[in-house]
Amino acid sequence: MTLIASSIGRKLTMALSGLFLIVFLTQHFAINITSVFSETLFNEISHFMGNNPLVQYVFQPILILGVLFHFTMGFVLELQNWKSREHKYKSYKGGANAPWVSRNMILSGIVILSFLGLHLYDFWVPEMNYKYVEVLPLDPNRYFEELVHRFENPVRVGIYTLSFVFLALHLYHGFASSFQSVGLNNKYSKAIKSITVAFSIVVPIGFVFIALFHHLTAF
Amino acid sequence: MMNLTLKIWRQANANAKGKMETYQMQEVSPDMSFLEMMDVLNEELIDKGIDPVAFDHDCREGICGMCSMFINGEAHGPDRLVTTCQLHMRKFKDGDTITIEPFRAKAFPVIKDLTVDRSSFDRIQQAGGFVSVNTSGNTQDANAIPIEKHDADKAFDAAACIGCGACVATCKNASAMLFVSAKVSQYALLPQGKVEATDRVLNMVNQMDEEGFGNCTNTGACEVECPKGISLENIARMNREYLYASLKG
Repeated sequence: MTLIASSIGRKLTMALSGLFLIVFLTQHFAINITSVFSETLFNEISHFMGNNPLVQYVFQPILILGVLFHFTMGFVLELQNWKSREHKYKSYKGGANAPWVSRNMILSGIVILSFLGLHLYDFWVPEMNYKYVEVLPLDPNRYFEELVHRFENPVRVGIYTLSFVFLALHLYHGFASSFQSVGLNNKYSKAIKSITVAFSIVVPIGFVFIALFHHLTAF
Repeated sequence: MMNLTLKIWRQANANAKGKMETYQMQEVSPDMSFLEMMDVLNEELIDKGIDPVAFDHDCREGICGMCSMFINGEAHGPDRLVTTCQLHMRKFKDGDTITIEPFRAKAFPVIKDLTVDRSSFDRIQQAGGFVSVNTSGNTQDANAIPIEKHDADKAFDAAACIGCGACVATCKNASAMLFVSAKVSQYALLPQGKVEATDRVLNMVNQMDEEGFGNCTNTGACEVECPKGISLENIARMNREYLYASLKG
């Protein structure tokens, strides 16, 4: 209890939930990229993920809790941080000693959270409607078409692209920072930073590529 | 010689509202230290019958940690690895406007003008920043205990913290993690400190939280602005120590 109630404990939970979401993001990307190469494979994996009881009733609730926890704790910490300096400086050169991304995690986080709302509206709500409201028959081949259909709208592709820029910024600081928070700052830190840079560039660009690919090949 | 415009935070006491006041300084020597420039300003203010600007200072050689100004948006000014007393006017140009504010944090309330109450740091130290020793005359000489050079060097680096509060002042969250982690680390790395390690880290972090400092978000600004170059590695070490101590109970 002492651990969770303390500033270090809260920081630790933010780091662990962030690392968990990075793992989720990686598997999400690995599945989505198959849509570029094979419609059949994408449909097979999506059907498995959408109907496997372990995924649906164990992993999915854990994921939802992880997301809810990460952004709720993010807002709680930000509020506490605002209160810790009641009188602001007249002149404050934040950029002189810390990168913009590290000082604006709340901003990139809010953009990602907003995007998440749109993303759930696009994919999760129709899926819930299909399975539990309208209770339509199982169709293992519908996923690819649904994906392509979502990326027909150029405005939506634009919003997704912008959101992934902010995701890249969030990851750029958050990934390596998580290791510092759990107490790892040693000879491997440089390697972790390199992996962070690569991950924060490759994965968001990969997601943008998937959206653009389906947008351009849909016609 | 330089002519400067100074914008300085003036606040009569802890409860007063306070505001920025503008003063003109003529013929400032680039060889002056920043605090000597402030001394000259105060002489001029006294001559004019104006209350001099209150600011903290003591050793004026960068080891006491008393000077605490936030100069042009940075703790201890634009130079690196120096305290305000080690900052020289040659870092500024003729015609510059210099903004001077007190260190800002809820846990560092302003006493008057540029002086702030940093006794929250004292209370954190009192919560565990020490090693209990038997002073009956049978105390073992600390130098008789062999310590690996790597650990001794790291402990010494951490012990170089002068507790000035620049880390808190510069952190966008007003977090005291760098200070507390330096104090935890300097003992955690030495055999003498391991006996009380669990209570030390739990009590010091608990006191830090009670004082109202913000949360660390790993921006690294504290490390850059620290006049003694205290490393973020100490914060990671404190996180480990705290996690281990919490699980140990």
